Amino acid sequence: MDYQILIAGFGGQGILFTGKILAKAGLTQGKNVSWLPSYGPEMRGGTANCSVCVSDSEISNPMVLQPNILIVMNQPSWSKFICAAQPGADVFWDSTLIAPEGTRTDVSLHPIPATGIARQNGVERLGNVVMLGYLLHQIPILEKDAFFSLLTDSISETKRHLVQANRTAFEAGYAYSPHEGQKSRHDA
Amino acid sequence: MPQKFLMKGNEAIAEAAIRAGCRFFFGYPITPQTEVAAYMAKRMPEVNGVYLQAESEVAAINMVLGAASTGARVMTSSSSPGISLKSEGISYIAASDLPCVIINVQRAGPGLGGIQPSQADYFQATRGLGHGDFHLMVFAPAGVQEITDLVAQAFDLSDRYRVPALILADGMIGQMMEPVAFSEQSPHPAEKPWALTGHRNQRRPNIINTLHLSPDKLEQTVIERFARYDSICANETLCEQMLTDDADVVVVAYGAASRIAKAAVRAAREKGIRAGLFRPITLWPYPSAALAALCETTKAFLCVEMSMGQMVEDVRLAVNGRRPVEFYGRTGGNVPHPNDILQAIESAAQMAPQNERR
Repeated sequence: MDYQILIAGFGGQGILFTGKILAKAGLTQGKNVSWLPSYGPEMRGGTANCSVCVSDSEISNPMVLQPNILIVMNQPSWSKFICAAQPGADVFWDSTLIAPEGTRTDVSLHPIPATGIARQNGVERLGNVVMLGYLLHQIPILEKDAFFSLLTDSISETKRHLVQANRTAFEAGYAYSPHEGQKSRHDA
Repeated sequence: MPQKFLMKGNEAIAEAAIRAGCRFFFGYPITPQTEVAAYMAKRMPEVNGVYLQAESEVAAINMVLGAASTGARVMTSSSSPGISLKSEGISYIAASDLPCVIINVQRAGPGLGGIQPSQADYFQATRGLGHGDFHLMVFAPAGVQEITDLVAQAFDLSDRYRVPALILADGMIGQMMEPVAFSEQSPHPAEKPWALTGHRNQRRPNIINTLHLSPDKLEQTVIERFARYDSICANETLCEQMLTDDADVVVVAYGAASRIAKAAVRAAREKGIRAGLFRPITLWPYPSAALAALCETTKAFLCVEMSMGQMVEDVRLAVNGRRPVEFYGRTGGNVPHPNDILQAIESAAQMAPQNERR
């Protein structure tokens, strides 16, 4: 196993949190993991991104420059990172917020209208958790129940009342199938 | 096996300090070390310790001087511009022979610079973090687990030698999260008969003072301090070597740069280039002897830094002209790309003396 994950979106979308969950999922399985955030003024309203490595071998460079899993949550991040994905990479993107330009043919594309699904389920701000549910279904980094309990354990004390909302978002993302009904306008 | 936590480098610095018996933290906020102070603010009250945000860096470092004078384990933390502000106090602490631990999570300079990771404070850390003839022990962690080990060691060695210790990290090491397990080892505080704890009329008063108007007296105190530096140099250098045994090109890098260099060394090996990595863990004392020993087997050295080239001078001093020493660096908050390091390895391999090919 050698996942080099890059997650990008705008500040407030839970980009860093999403990365933390993936790193923790690797840690519970005894893998080598690292999590490296972008930090600085770019996080206020602009793009935020973070690198996550989950690997069987020692992680030398924690900075993911050529991801084999790319998760994109807004338009500027698409433009910035789509070229960086390794050939053969799995590219997930929020098709509610992104109209892909110059789509690549050498990567596996996994569009999901994450923000739209979150909105439909009354959990508007949990597009990242919808994305996590979908991602886990496509790439079983960890068994589903274990992954979800890890997610709930990571919700801070002050946000415990959002556990149910997180479950709703997670299940909706997990159940999403691009070929049934909820097709997005950008599905390939 | 102890439980592993996912922790930021900055948080690990703070937790390791508390586990090492540090009960006083004085600081002033600055990116990218903010989590050190934030963590301390939360944790110190739980262990009956003191967290204090001072009115300035200058105030914070002098509070460190005061607490250290009483024999307490004490720490302060800042980033590059803030460390410059602390330099006067650091010189006083060194001159007072007081143990303490100082954290520098480096950002780009000079001046206010930027907030992205950098290694441009190497000269400042290893040559003179303040005025006068003195050294700090300087430790350069390259990962979160190593931070915990080095912080504990920094406190112990600082106590033992009565020399302040500096942890020279950078924004990348401070901000990244990695799994960390804390060892159950308890700290080894030294006896501190010199500490200002109140003589109660039962002993002569201890005095901590850095003013010596007699040149002979001052010279004597400096020479005595340098004798301790000698034993630090003899006993306390640390380095890590990877694939150096048969390496034609040895990359020398520390901290964050060493992580990226490691990836480049592995990529070079895959291309059939015999590359290795030499990573100093103590920057002062510098592991010169271990590095010089590699001249027997290697053909060229390549120093990689997030600066315009500072540690490269120590590499050249150690190698002493016996082998070519090349340099590759990025600065201003940029982190070298592994492919660019790989290219530099390739060109160093070509420039290496050909006549000695095995």
